[in-house]
Amino acid sequence: MLSRVAESVFWMNRYLERADNVARFIDVNENLTLDLQGTLTEQWAPLVYTTGDHELFFARYGESSREKVMHFLTFDPENSNSILMCVQRARDNARAIRDIISSAMWEQINRFYLMMRDAARSTSVESIRHTVEQVKLHSHLIQGVTETTMSHGEAWHFGRMGQLLERADKTSRILDVKYYILLPDSRDVGTPLDVVQWSALLKSASALEMYRKRKGRMLPSNVAEFLILDIDFPRSLRFCLVRSEQSLHQITGTPPGSFNDRAEQHLGRLRSSMDYTSIDDIIQQGLHEFIDSFQSELNRAGDAIHTVFFALPPQPSMNGQQQSMA
Amino acid sequence: MMDFSTYHQGSAYDETFIDGGNPRPRCEPLVRRLQSLTLAELQRHQKAADGALWNMGITFNVYGHEAGLEKVWPFDILPRIVGGEEWPQIERGLQQRIRALNHFVQDIYNGRKICRDGVVPEELVATAKTLRPACNGMTPPEGVWCHVTGTDLVRDRDGQLYVLEDNLRCPSGVSYVLENREVMKRTFPQVFNGMRVTPVEDYPEKLLDTLLHTAPRNSDAPTVALLTPGVYNSAYFEHSFLAQQMGIELVEGRDLVITGGYVHMRTTTGLRRIDVLYRRIDDDFLDPRCFREDSMLGVPGLMECYLAGRITLANAPGTGIADDKAIYAYVPQIIRYYLNEDAILPNVPTFVCSDPAQCQHVITNMHELVVKPTNESGGYGILMGPQASAEERARYCDQIRANPRNYIAQPMLTLSTVPTMVDDHLEARHVDLRPFVLYGKDIYVLPGGLTRVALRKGSMIVNSSQGGGSKDTWVLMDHAAQNGDPPSLSQSQSLFATT
Repeated sequence: MLSRVAESVFWMNRYLERADNVARFIDVNENLTLDLQGTLTEQWAPLVYTTGDHELFFARYGESSREKVMHFLTFDPENSNSILMCVQRARDNARAIRDIISSAMWEQINRFYLMMRDAARSTSVESIRHTVEQVKLHSHLIQGVTETTMSHGEAWHFGRMGQLLERADKTSRILDVKYYILLPDSRDVGTPLDVVQWSALLKSASALEMYRKRKGRMLPSNVAEFLILDIDFPRSLRFCLVRSEQSLHQITGTPPGSFNDRAEQHLGRLRSSMDYTSIDDIIQQGLHEFIDSFQSELNRAGDAIHTVFFALPPQPSMNGQQQSMA
Repeated sequence: MMDFSTYHQGSAYDETFIDGGNPRPRCEPLVRRLQSLTLAELQRHQKAADGALWNMGITFNVYGHEAGLEKVWPFDILPRIVGGEEWPQIERGLQQRIRALNHFVQDIYNGRKICRDGVVPEELVATAKTLRPACNGMTPPEGVWCHVTGTDLVRDRDGQLYVLEDNLRCPSGVSYVLENREVMKRTFPQVFNGMRVTPVEDYPEKLLDTLLHTAPRNSDAPTVALLTPGVYNSAYFEHSFLAQQMGIELVEGRDLVITGGYVHMRTTTGLRRIDVLYRRIDDDFLDPRCFREDSMLGVPGLMECYLAGRITLANAPGTGIADDKAIYAYVPQIIRYYLNEDAILPNVPTFVCSDPAQCQHVITNMHELVVKPTNESGGYGILMGPQASAEERARYCDQIRANPRNYIAQPMLTLSTVPTMVDDHLEARHVDLRPFVLYGKDIYVLPGGLTRVALRKGSMIVNSSQGGGSKDTWVLMDHAAQNGDPPSLSQSQSLFATT
């Protein structure tokens, strides 16, 4: 397939996944705040740390409040990672590859965008809550439509890589930020408040029920282990890496366990480090340090994918026009 | 219930009614069905159609405003009907016309016998802006120059259909024909159902056949791609739609590269050769080495590959010579010259200003003529004589005298009308018709075409960029077919037989 097209599928899915994750963050924080009325001051600043856009946020809004954070994350056109802007960019990408995705997918993505655009007219907290519900619904619809109407060929695999790399990044951010907010005070450990907060963390990753089935009691190290290393849970770092590596090898045809290019090498190394590490190792290393290095490795893998597939070196006979895609 | 007796027709030919709410015979079944609905129901269907167009993202881009501004395609739910008895003649007329024009283009770049025989003035050809000397001596694969043509037809007050112009470069609009039909079926099934409307949905298949058939001789499994200027082009929706429907790659200039004398696209697994390029970029922008140097849209070296016979371009570069409006005036003679037949579809009577006598006539009678530049499209630069002020006409006269080759004139036609939803009632609105013609192994005419409608009261400007809308166009299956046997049931059932 065309390099430009592969890149667009990849990013279309990344942006859709990002929009979905931001909606989940808001939703969980909102619920958490309701649960904790009176016992905890509202915590909205961590949300902008989770998305990694705290610098922009504080520069633009000064201080965090429910309304400000919600607006920033949902509709702010200056925030390139707001749900609205993610959906708009997902649609721009979808539009550029409208010929290779199914019309059912295009229509669903277009509807998603139109919904967001209409929703952006009313920015009350009430309507944001409603919008967040809609975002999750649309996101599921698009994933369902994609799964059932698009051939699981090369383009689909590029899309899945984009989606899973984004998801791995977001899950790692949730852990990174929340872990430190939730852990500090040892007096709270084991109290109802503590359980509620750890539950909230798991809910941010839509992982609460699955965690309960797998691990039972709410223990910080178990939560971290589940979100990082679980092999079956679709939002864990390891799951995302295993499946995106599979997609990568489907695309290249290189046998599993070997590599032919930098993308396969990076992603393979990152995936296998997940296979051969334990939560004790991670905690010993320091969770934050682990996540930090995970995210830079993830970025490196993303860069390698870009170099190998999207930014083919210009041919000798080409002039500046074709190079503009790099 | 809908009451059409108050429908005000005006003096134009109305496609649906004869007068006083009496439908034309071909429109009786439609009008009967509409009569069973209330106006509120009609409005609801119109709303549903608008919503469907939004959701399906059926849009066009508007230039000159915000970059890349998308507007939803304006669609009116009341269809325009072309009678089954009238269609075969239109179809034959278009086939004849395109066949002759293809001969003409071939001749123009290979000897110009038609000029030497004095049928078309050599000077007219030599001075045409759309002439491409680079194509001299060229014969495209299978001898096909105009793979896709969109010919505009209009009906005058007396009911006569005329060819208004031929578009042989990159005619657009066919995607809207298909999507209009889709929306019609989605939102108005109770009216559509059982009307025996000739299907249009096989157009992408026919287009693909045409492109494959005209591939360079030496490739047995040709790769076809569609070349678009990109998402900001006004017809981008159509480009992606057609590529999707045909299952071919949609490429931009930056996706293409020429190596070893062949055109390739840059894929995730390296370069892949292209045999046929359905290009939706004008000649001028195709190849900066051959045409406009400043073009960023095309591919440097493309023309060299093309002239060496290593790739098919559809339409072929150079076909624009046949839709120069001064050349248009000669199409009846062109048909007679190459085919030895009379034109089945008449031209609008046309005065060519490069002919001194005709030019004088135009200048004297400008107040009752429409004057057009010979090489513009989209309605630009036109003077409507009867509506223009004396000063405007005088200014225009000066332009004509300064460059007579650049102008033609035609009598004012009154385009026919079709009932159209306007707020809460129906009004007559002027329409034209653009059927699409494919030239491959044989010549195929898409039954119906794009009906464009001028949404402003009294206006005859149907371009979507200037506030025009569109309607689903129904060619009804003819009476012979209607009275014939229904398709054999046992035959279709056998597809599902479990033996």
